[in-house]
Amino acid sequence: MDVQELIRQQVTGHPVVLYMKGTPQFPQCGFSANAAQILKACGVSDFFSVNVLEDQAIREGVKAYANWPTIPQLYVNGQFVGGSDIMREMYQSGELQKLLTAAQAH
Amino acid sequence: MDNTIGLMRQRLAALEPQDLHIEDESAAHAGHAGARSGGGHYRLTIVSPRFAGMNSLARHRSIYAALGDLMQGSIHALSITALSPDEL
Repeated sequence: MDVQELIRQQVTGHPVVLYMKGTPQFPQCGFSANAAQILKACGVSDFFSVNVLEDQAIREGVKAYANWPTIPQLYVNGQFVGGSDIMREMYQSGELQKLLTAAQAH
Repeated sequence: MDNTIGLMRQRLAALEPQDLHIEDESAAHAGHAGARSGGGHYRLTIVSPRFAGMNSLARHRSIYAALGDLMQGSIHALSITALSPDEL
């Protein structure tokens, strides 16, 4: 399968998807660790996470998919939300909690 | 010593910043698994009137667009704070 199609299926097949370096239990980058931590702080414990260090095609493919050059990347209901700085800003303003609550209620 | 910060400043001039700070935080991240590509870690604070009326996503996208190929090579990770002058 084409990697762009694979990513499309991943982000539309799960309400909350985080592309990260490492896993939520063993993150391998501070930014990815923060992103996973923020999701947990929002009460989202069972998000779908993809370890891009295990798949070079996804690691590069996801940058093209969102037209966003860095990882982590958060998707909610198939929509690209942002990286760790944007997640932190949205968490601090309460916007992220609202978005995630609405997404999980679907 | 490389000139990544100088290049970043040149590229970001396109956004007409009225304030621009770039810190090199590479030393704090040396050796972790995600840093194997060798690019540096930077923290950017930029204030530009261009950001007025733009959400964070759009601000970050315009910064990435201005940095262009630096994001694929010299810059491994970039932490961004992007403000418009009225947010100071």
